[in-house]
Amino acid sequence: MPNKTFFWFFLPTGLAMILFIGLPIISTGIQSFYAQHDQVVKEVKKCDPFGCTVSIVVDQEKTSKIREEKPLGKFNGFGTYVDRNHLAIEEIGKFWNETNSFGEFVDQVTNLPFYKALIFTLTYCLFVTPNVLLLGFIIALSLNAVTRRIRGPLIFGTILPMIVTPLVGSLVLFWMIDAEGIIGANLQMLMDDPYLSLKSSKTLTWITIIIYGIWHHSPFAFVVFYAALQTVPQEPVEAAIIDGASRWQRVRHIVLPHIYPVVTFVALISLMDNFRVFEPIIGFSAEGSAQSLSWLIYDNLVNEEVILFGSAAATSMMTIVGIAILLAPVLIRTWKEFRTAR
Amino acid sequence: MRETNMKKILISLLFLLFGTSAYADCNIKSGSINILANDFPALRTFVETAKGCKGSADFKVTHSSEHNKIAVPALTANPSEFSARIAANSSIVPLMNQDLIRPLDDLVKKYGKGIQDSQLITIDGKIMAVAFMANTQHLYYREDVLKELGIAVPKTYEEVVAASEKIRASGKMQYPYAAAYKAGWNLAEEFVNMYIGHGGEFFKAGTAQPSINNAKGVATLNMLKKLAGLSNPDYLTHDSEAIKVEWESGNVALMTLWASRSGTLLDDDGDAKITAATKLTGPATVAGGNIPAATLWWDGFTLAKNRSDADAEATFRALAHAAANKKMVADAADQAVWLIEGFKPGPKSIGVIEAVKMRAKPYPMLPQMGLMHGALGSEIVEFLQGKESAEQALKDVEAAYMSKAKEQGFL
Repeated sequence: MPNKTFFWFFLPTGLAMILFIGLPIISTGIQSFYAQHDQVVKEVKKCDPFGCTVSIVVDQEKTSKIREEKPLGKFNGFGTYVDRNHLAIEEIGKFWNETNSFGEFVDQVTNLPFYKALIFTLTYCLFVTPNVLLLGFIIALSLNAVTRRIRGPLIFGTILPMIVTPLVGSLVLFWMIDAEGIIGANLQMLMDDPYLSLKSSKTLTWITIIIYGIWHHSPFAFVVFYAALQTVPQEPVEAAIIDGASRWQRVRHIVLPHIYPVVTFVALISLMDNFRVFEPIIGFSAEGSAQSLSWLIYDNLVNEEVILFGSAAATSMMTIVGIAILLAPVLIRTWKEFRTAR
Repeated sequence: MRETNMKKILISLLFLLFGTSAYADCNIKSGSINILANDFPALRTFVETAKGCKGSADFKVTHSSEHNKIAVPALTANPSEFSARIAANSSIVPLMNQDLIRPLDDLVKKYGKGIQDSQLITIDGKIMAVAFMANTQHLYYREDVLKELGIAVPKTYEEVVAASEKIRASGKMQYPYAAAYKAGWNLAEEFVNMYIGHGGEFFKAGTAQPSINNAKGVATLNMLKKLAGLSNPDYLTHDSEAIKVEWESGNVALMTLWASRSGTLLDDDGDAKITAATKLTGPATVAGGNIPAATLWWDGFTLAKNRSDADAEATFRALAHAAANKKMVADAADQAVWLIEGFKPGPKSIGVIEAVKMRAKPYPMLPQMGLMHGALGSEIVEFLQGKESAEQALKDVEAAYMSKAKEQGFL
């Protein structure tokens, strides 16, 4: 496609992207550099049905004046980024000097909210993405091999996890693993441990969420791989069969190289999706044991009675950076291939 | 004869008409009313009563248990989405901090007939809300189970622990105790209650500096952990609704739960035997203290600032009608502890009345309390899971709170 045609072709999408994605990101970025003004408080008398007390309230007259002058708040630079609830630079330095062993240092650092969330998010990505690719590929191969007559219903059944709303899917599993639920109660019997609870143990909660993630995302990989498998040319496959190649050898040397670009694509999308893991944490009420970066943003915006815009914005920006870092190797590789292809 | 009969009927009819219209000095001619409220039976009754007097005004209501998440953004908009918000001690604070609600003095003077002075929430001399019910968390117990095992009704949390251990040892129930320990707001609320029961203060006097990392804080955490050990192992995922279900399935013999939930526990739904044996008592004390480990709450209505005066007036008239309604209070006496004149406390109000008698403290209405509550909800979880020490957990709470308070300009 000539560049000019491409430009006009892309223009509407590009404009929409700038409007709905680019500008909000810029606005979030600006917000992340600001904090609230210093609160002007005053002592007042407060009376309610339970009696009168002297208490503190925000002095609205003075506050509104300051707010009008600088509606964005107080410029804070990278202050929010480096505070304890985010990168915690100062705290980490302190831990480094105070702790005696490296293990203790790691313990202290992973106790900080941002790093706690980062570790869960990365663990989730690390376990879910490859498994999704693998499982999706295996299902696609197997379904491609079954007779055409039952393929339709089987495909439908396979993509069901993707059709089910994430929240509903996780809630169903949540109730099943309850100590009184079908899986939870049976596990207790099997392990002969009446106190076994999938929800109270951190490790088990993580495993549950990761299994749920694989279950939920595999159909996507499957659908894409299945479509790609339809394009594998039959001649080389037949030639390989005549040459006596085993099924594994055919997959390894013909099918995989053919669908390789698609694998990259699915890996990219999966990584991005998984890095933003959020719904299962809410669905499983797993806030206590598993927090992700997206959950931190949500927490800052809604869980407090006060909305922490600066905190949420800073975490958002760092999530974007995180995704960029994660995707970098894949993107660089694709770019290089693109260059050599030209 | 007939004529006199007719006369009587006419008179009584007139009387009826007159009688009802005496109530409703509220034929509101215009304006639009839109209310945001939490979702439990008493609030539904209250809003329904207000609706009865809407006249020709437009009337809308949103009942949501997610009301806290909606309130600030919805009232910040200009014009505000809601003309009124049913708030409580804690949820009025963010509205005050952001200057989102209006003083009600003029409206109370003009239309507040029947509202008692004790219902008015005044801050710095201005009426900011009108309360209509009180709430607290207190103990519920299964009379049959306690009787069978010869256990006296516990009055302190130490006794609750002992009683629960005895019930567990008897093999009757594996997890005899329940409270809403869901990580987040609920868990933090349990900490607040227990810490106040220990006589703790959250902030250094007169400042926003936290002061919970002390012996009282440690004792509070240890008691919470003991109780958690006697609860269903999934306790970190259990909110009020979940423990209500546990109770109704007969898995629990002792429970700390909101007074406003007693109505649904004692209604005709569910196992009649459990319902009959469900008894209420005051909140427990802890560590030899004499004030209960519980906080007092009021629910009341506030009016949005960013809304026209006409809407505010219409909304106030409708809500004031409910907030001074003796008939509603009599009809729904078992739904809540109403603060409205004419309320006669029934058996379901024992918890709140006991709490008031025992001089329970109200939930602290400080501008920075919400940040402390939020920090507690996520930072004490690892202690309960046995992953860190009480001191470390409290240190984490203070540190998390300080970062947030700095960002919000309180420190």
